[in-house]
Amino acid sequence: MRSWYERLAGLPLILGVLALWETVGLAGWVNPKILPPPHAVIAKWWEYLTPPQPYDPEAESRLSWLFSGELIQDAEGSLYRVLAGFIVGSLLAVPLGLLMGASPRVYRWSNPLIQILRPIPPIAYIPLSILWFGLGNPPAIFLIAIGAFFPVLMNTIAGVRAVDGIFLRAAQNLGASPYTTFRRVILPASAPYILAGMRIGIGTAFIVVIVAEMIAVNNGLGFRILEAREYFWSDKIIAGMLSIGLVGLAIDQVMSRLNNHLLRWHRGLEH
Amino acid sequence: MPPAIALQDVHKAFPGAQAPIVALQDISLTVPTGQFVCLLGPSGCGKSTLLNAVAGFSKPDRGSISVNGKPVVKPGPDRGMVFQEYALFPWMTVAQNVGFGLDIQGLPKAQCQRRVSALLALFKLSEFAERYPKELSGGMRQRVAIARILALDSPILLMDEPFGALDALTRRSLQDELLRIWSELGKTVLFVTHSIEESIFLADRIVVMTYRPGTIKRDLVVELPRPRDPAAPEFNQLKRTLSDLVMSEQTRHEAAERHAFATD
Repeated sequence: MRSWYERLAGLPLILGVLALWETVGLAGWVNPKILPPPHAVIAKWWEYLTPPQPYDPEAESRLSWLFSGELIQDAEGSLYRVLAGFIVGSLLAVPLGLLMGASPRVYRWSNPLIQILRPIPPIAYIPLSILWFGLGNPPAIFLIAIGAFFPVLMNTIAGVRAVDGIFLRAAQNLGASPYTTFRRVILPASAPYILAGMRIGIGTAFIVVIVAEMIAVNNGLGFRILEAREYFWSDKIIAGMLSIGLVGLAIDQVMSRLNNHLLRWHRGLEH
Repeated sequence: MPPAIALQDVHKAFPGAQAPIVALQDISLTVPTGQFVCLLGPSGCGKSTLLNAVAGFSKPDRGSISVNGKPVVKPGPDRGMVFQEYALFPWMTVAQNVGFGLDIQGLPKAQCQRRVSALLALFKLSEFAERYPKELSGGMRQRVAIARILALDSPILLMDEPFGALDALTRRSLQDELLRIWSELGKTVLFVTHSIEESIFLADRIVVMTYRPGTIKRDLVVELPRPRDPAAPEFNQLKRTLSDLVMSEQTRHEAAERHAFATD
């Protein structure tokens, strides 16, 4: 566990940047329409976060009122798309990666196609995704799934190929069938790679969701900051960007905790 | 009764840079049930190749290997292998590692657990049952690896320099433990080492191998009574004899390495 002292070590720089930013605004060096000062951004962020209507016990429950803020709604929409796309991408990538890693023949057959498709950025699929799926969630989930697919696939292949041969020998020696060896040895032995790939994959998914929402969806964090630009609400743009950063950080923290828990046997980790 | 292990004219070569490397050349060796045999020689003399062939990890190019009268075609739990690198599964706890072989045979859980805890008690590992291998010292890891093999009750133990990575004191106590278990359970042991002292301390019989091509240079029976005292004059006399045999092979090994460097 990190001490509070280590956690606070980064605070002075953050406060310094905020102070400088505020000073730039107060001194009137830049137009606040172009770069609003931090207090304005925070005020806007609070407005974006909190419920637009006063609480009315007749109409809704307390919880749904608390979550009725625009930011919460947007974050919910974005998270749903990220998770749905990530799950679709991973469910396709992990089995294919295991197969390609374990079987040199399958690898030889499929690797050239994978190598041709992999350098195409998920963003480049946007026109096709709209032609195929129209607007709304389906094209966004399709794009996110593509974004998550390749990192998970490449790491899964690498993970299976990196399994130490001595584990396979030990398993064979103890009487394990090929299927048992696969399930009880190859799969757990490659788990550190697969989970690292998933962590990268969900990061990519989060990048793609913002872009997808700017083009194909009319809610979500990505949609909101583009919408704010149309009205010249630079404070809302920055508030939205900070929210995107916080949600991304939260996703990565959850993945990292999950990894640490699942890989508590692993050499490289302390717990 | 057929011998525990029988090798007949076993030949094995690996592709080399210029010419094939002959790891085993016409090896014939018979190990009766219950005997403790050490394969002794410098690195590169083919002793591990021989062990891997008996384990079924690699097939010889020519010749036959049989175990208890049956030809060896693939690895199996009748020949339990202990590796120098332990080869414990790091994602399994100590108890899961020891129980793995029984578990995959479909043994009922309660029975499996009973057998695992008895083995852990035998190796004084009971309090580490729920630990992961990374938390154990080298000596404890190797105890777990031996327990994992004994769980399957393999009649034959194949040991590939199992104590090579351990410090001298740990090594000595594991040697004592292994001898105790061997005499209690009556296993046949084929034990690869490059330590002359270790081979004299442990073995009924020592097979000295030559450096490339790998052949049997000397096959001798150790007559010393157990427990053996490494300070005794008979022990040291045997040590000198073996030292001469092994060192001449070691000299050839070093000359070959220098030659390989010079022609690179």
